[in-house]
Amino acid sequence: MLKVRDIRTFYGNIQALKGITLEIAEGEIITLIGGNGAGKSTTLMSICGVVPPRCGEIFFRGTPIHDMSPEKIVALGICQVPEGRRIFPGLTVKENLEMGAFLRRDAQGIKSDIDHVFDLFPILAQRRNQAGGTLSGGEQQMLAISRALMARPKLLLLDEPSLGLAPLIIQQIFEIIKKINTESKTTIFLVEQNANLALKVAHRGYVMENGLITMSDSAANLLGNEDVKKAYLGL
Amino acid sequence: MRKFFTLAEMKKSLLMAVWFIFLTFPIMVVRVNPIYKVVEWRWQNLVLVGVSAFFLSFLWRYFLAYKKPAPAKSPLETSARKGKLSELQRHPAARRAGIFLAATLAVAFPYIFSTYQVNIMTTALIYVVLGLGLNIVVGLAGLLDLGYVAFYAVGAYSYALLNFHFGLSFWVCLPIGAAMAALFGIILGFPVLRLRGDYLAIVTLGFGEIIRLVLENWNEFSKGPSGIAGIPRPGIVGVEMSLNTSSIFLYFLMIGLALLTILVVTRLRNSRIGRAWIALREDEIACQAMGVDKTKTKLTAFALGATWAGMGGVIFAAKTTFINPASFTFLESAIILSIVVLGGMGSIIGVIASAFILILLPEYLRAFSEYRMLIFGAVLVIMMVFRPQGLISNVRQTYRFKGLQEENKEGDIK
Repeated sequence: MLKVRDIRTFYGNIQALKGITLEIAEGEIITLIGGNGAGKSTTLMSICGVVPPRCGEIFFRGTPIHDMSPEKIVALGICQVPEGRRIFPGLTVKENLEMGAFLRRDAQGIKSDIDHVFDLFPILAQRRNQAGGTLSGGEQQMLAISRALMARPKLLLLDEPSLGLAPLIIQQIFEIIKKINTESKTTIFLVEQNANLALKVAHRGYVMENGLITMSDSAANLLGNEDVKKAYLGL
Repeated sequence: MRKFFTLAEMKKSLLMAVWFIFLTFPIMVVRVNPIYKVVEWRWQNLVLVGVSAFFLSFLWRYFLAYKKPAPAKSPLETSARKGKLSELQRHPAARRAGIFLAATLAVAFPYIFSTYQVNIMTTALIYVVLGLGLNIVVGLAGLLDLGYVAFYAVGAYSYALLNFHFGLSFWVCLPIGAAMAALFGIILGFPVLRLRGDYLAIVTLGFGEIIRLVLENWNEFSKGPSGIAGIPRPGIVGVEMSLNTSSIFLYFLMIGLALLTILVVTRLRNSRIGRAWIALREDEIACQAMGVDKTKTKLTAFALGATWAGMGGVIFAAKTTFINPASFTFLESAIILSIVVLGGMGSIIGVIASAFILILLPEYLRAFSEYRMLIFGAVLVIMMVFRPQGLISNVRQTYRFKGLQEENKEGDIK
């Protein structure tokens, strides 16, 4: 579904990605794990065009997207949940969701999708007229995921959904991520620091260090791998 | 209400009084008389400053404390905390009565009051349009524009020059002026696409000054500081108008333009592009993730904001029949921005109200001659301290689905 071939991304003169190659198949949950500053978020930002790669190629279902503008990439069906949630604090929960469906024009479909995400996260239904900024961290993360779902993405990019949340909430959010994958057949690309949990939900995983992919294997194998255990699982 | 008249509060006010005595000492107490070469010590002024500073600071903090309990809860919960005026806005009957009253007043105004008053009102209406235009850029899209007056100048000079060289009439120039201003909006928009906040403010400020300086110095083009005189007032073909009827005609024209602006801006705010503006103001990266075209959205905000300034400019030129660059200084931009901020960013009714206050107040304070700007400044400061969200804060629409009413109620209780 998504093919990333040898992309190199720079912030000014600083090279963040030194040639990343990865592949995501239809219907998978893929996770990208690694330490701070490894380039995980940059990989994601490169895929969705916010920080375009300087060289290399990215194909989405055969279409080259590496030099497309972010809004065109969203229109193709790639939607990201940015790091740190980034909901619109002054807009209500419902308006946030409607912003998620910005590129869609089917009013009826948007309505039913809002009901659908309210089923997925009932707490959001109760808070629908509340300003996004007044929600708790967990609720904001739920809203951010719901907002991305409103675009009906074919590929959902999640950047650290566990950031700054209580363990119980994280558990809940990962359940939902799994549910989204199995129920609506959405392919998910999950960037995470919480390697243990991420590898438990994912089918396959990539490990990243200093702008390079150092390992790629099935999630179960990575969970059992001695190096990964030492470096990221704290075992 | 907690106890306020405590010793500690008194002490604070006392300190304030001493500080003010110290600050004003050189101008209020000491006076050098150069004729007799003596220094006069006006000790009675010291007492006056001290006592008034004490009472004023006490009052000031009393009102601040009085105001506190309401917004202390949560600054973000704007939807829950609204003034009485905003609530009135929602009430359909009150709303209809208000509109009816305003309409009657607007129609009757030129027949009750003198031409002088009508002219002032026309000016105020021009500022309503300018405020609403800037409200798109600053209030909705969150792009701080300090050079808005440039577009006003573009509109005014479009009419003046096109009329001077080619004899084009007011009605032809009105759309041309608007289009020219929109074009300049886009010209300004391109280089500032990547800028935010302070940097954006500085560049727009520079842009405004560039336009003014070009008009001032390019004599062959704009006749420089001496300006362009004899700009015809708008008329209808075949109708001769006296000065008096002509200003009444201009007044009604301005009412029409103001209504059009209100209509269009309201529609824009609730449209897709309006949503995109508001979202862009809140978070740019999230906007991109939602598929909002940042470039297009920002440029339309600049262009659509500038359009109204252009039309206002054309009417301004027609009203005064003389323009020169001195009418388009930074002070104008600052006043228009104050209108938007004072009215409540993004709030249409608030901007209208504050345009009237800010333009009419200095006019009617003329009776106080030299004190009028002082009073004007004081009103601004007091407003911003006691109502930082603006006169009438923005009322957001709440949407309700049929069939979800019960859940809604549940949500309200929560």
